[in-house]
Amino acid sequence: MSDSMPASVSGSVSGSVSDSLSGSVSADVIHDIGYRHYDGPRLGRRYAVRSLYTLTLRGSFGLGRSLKSKILPMGLMALMCVPALIIVAVAVYLKSGKLPLEYERYLTIMGFVVAVFIAAQAPVALSRDLRFMTVPLYFSRPITAADYVRAKFAAMFTAMFVLTGLPLLIMWIGSLLASMGFVYNLEHFGYGLAAAALYSLLYSALGLLIASSTPRRGFGVAGIIMLLLISAAVAAVIYAVVNRQDQSSAAYWANAINPGGLVDSAVTWMFSLPTTSDIGVPSDFGGFVFLTEIAALSAAAYGLLVRRYRKI
Amino acid sequence: MPDTDAAGWHRRYGLHVSVIITDNLTKRFPRVTALDRLTVDVQPGVVGLVGANGAGKSTLIKILLGLAPATEGTAQVLGLDVATEGSAIRERVGYMPEHDCLPPDVSATEFVVHMARMSGLPASAARERTADTLRHVGLYEERYRPIGGYSTGMKQRVKLAQALVHDPRLVLLDEPTNGLDPVGRDEMLGLIRRVHSDFGISVLVTSHLLGELERTCDHVVVVDGGKLLRSSSTADFTKATPLLAVEVTDRQSDPSFDADAALRERLTGAGLSVVGDGGGRVLLVELKGEETYDLIRDAVADLGVGLVRMEQRRHRIAEVFQDRADSAPDDRPEEASARV
Repeated sequence: MSDSMPASVSGSVSGSVSDSLSGSVSADVIHDIGYRHYDGPRLGRRYAVRSLYTLTLRGSFGLGRSLKSKILPMGLMALMCVPALIIVAVAVYLKSGKLPLEYERYLTIMGFVVAVFIAAQAPVALSRDLRFMTVPLYFSRPITAADYVRAKFAAMFTAMFVLTGLPLLIMWIGSLLASMGFVYNLEHFGYGLAAAALYSLLYSALGLLIASSTPRRGFGVAGIIMLLLISAAVAAVIYAVVNRQDQSSAAYWANAINPGGLVDSAVTWMFSLPTTSDIGVPSDFGGFVFLTEIAALSAAAYGLLVRRYRKI
Repeated sequence: MPDTDAAGWHRRYGLHVSVIITDNLTKRFPRVTALDRLTVDVQPGVVGLVGANGAGKSTLIKILLGLAPATEGTAQVLGLDVATEGSAIRERVGYMPEHDCLPPDVSATEFVVHMARMSGLPASAARERTADTLRHVGLYEERYRPIGGYSTGMKQRVKLAQALVHDPRLVLLDEPTNGLDPVGRDEMLGLIRRVHSDFGISVLVTSHLLGELERTCDHVVVVDGGKLLRSSSTADFTKATPLLAVEVTDRQSDPSFDADAALRERLTGAGLSVVGDGGGRVLLVELKGEETYDLIRDAVADLGVGLVRMEQRRHRIAEVFQDRADSAPDDRPEEASARV
């Protein structure tokens, strides 16, 4: 019994299949077409750099990655934008005719969110490739070490600029909707974007340099957050001490050791904005020094990054 | 079939030239000379690069990809100078590193598509070529799962796929069988053979195991301490030698009788040189001429044992190393020195 069962079943199945398919079976065969050569276009280095840029930028916000890796960057993004929405809502509701907070000051206040973002996402851009040793694969492609750094830096800069620029855009659109002074808002929105660009430049350079030094993401995160928070704390202490002793603007030199304060102070000086508490420059010469320092630090960090990847 | 495909390859690129040429290639590091005046000329096909760990294989690959400058000498890959045309070389060459290089949290498809784009393939072509290539290396449904869950064999296939996805003219495979079990090793070697025979792509494959290159390669280059030890076709390495492998059974009536020793004594007495062949019961007998066969037949018949086999034996590549290390006479040519 048990022996005959499979035989009869298979017999009837094969019979019915061959009956029903006898007419069309020859047309439905899957052919193994073998190996095909690729004769299409090869778009070269610049295209490869663009692809790497896009992938890294998307990765900075967790796009195309797991849900888990979206939570932090998207959460920080929301955290960055919600206060801007509230500011706009309040200004519109009160019909004050003026935003309660200046654009460039918004980034100073939200500095912590910006710091956490660069600390969390700069290692995402670099540590994975180091940890899983994917970097040599990239360099077996047409791109060079300098191309790799360029793509990663540009992507990190863009991600930072989106993070810092978006809330300012929300504020500006709000000011337009509430028919506030157009020229004044456009002007200060521009100052805000300049601050956003300098933040993105300096933070990306420093963040990526620290992230490139370790294949462990956790170490990268800790290193960046420590640099930003400790330097801010030390600068604040120095400012307080110097300020108490001679009450002069010399205390503003303290901002030279704090990336966030450096950007805020330089922007304040560049556009002759009113100084607030510990944000400001000691003199015109100081403002020039601060701006040069931002440029020099960014360039040095970028150069070290390129050098670091040349060695792989 | 393979031959016509290879011919098509030559037609397609209109050339019959060397794939890799090095001339006095030297690479010195502060403390060690990794390559020492290496001069080789590699023709299209599957070429094995054999050497111990630290023999300079990986350094050579880095130089060939244009990623590290040579201290002295020159090298050309596909007719392009490694010193000045590295980027163009890397567009036409695939590279499979020895070490792990796969992120565990993405699928094989995502990863290989990305690598195809990094080689300059437009997005749609990258997806198409990825599907094709993964199928050719033997990855099917699992290609949509994260790589972290793959076996070593599957990971090696993904690594091979990323080296082939942009349809290179040459692939450099660094120790592709590392970490594989014997079955996986055989499958990988078969795949490498197909890369040339079916895909028409030349292969340079490194290994520290001679035995596997003997089966896979058309040509073998042996390096040691950065120096060229030997470069010749596999056929030359393993040409027929005047040796007969003989194996006999025990005497049925008297199992304690040492048939091997008796036969060895008999043949030695007849003026033939006889050596053992490792752990098995095979004796290697010097083949002097037609009469040697008769001698063995008669000896076996006289001893009253059964003849299991009598066949001509071929040289093993490993003997290259044995010739050098002749201070240690060894009965087991392959097993003993396969691991250089």
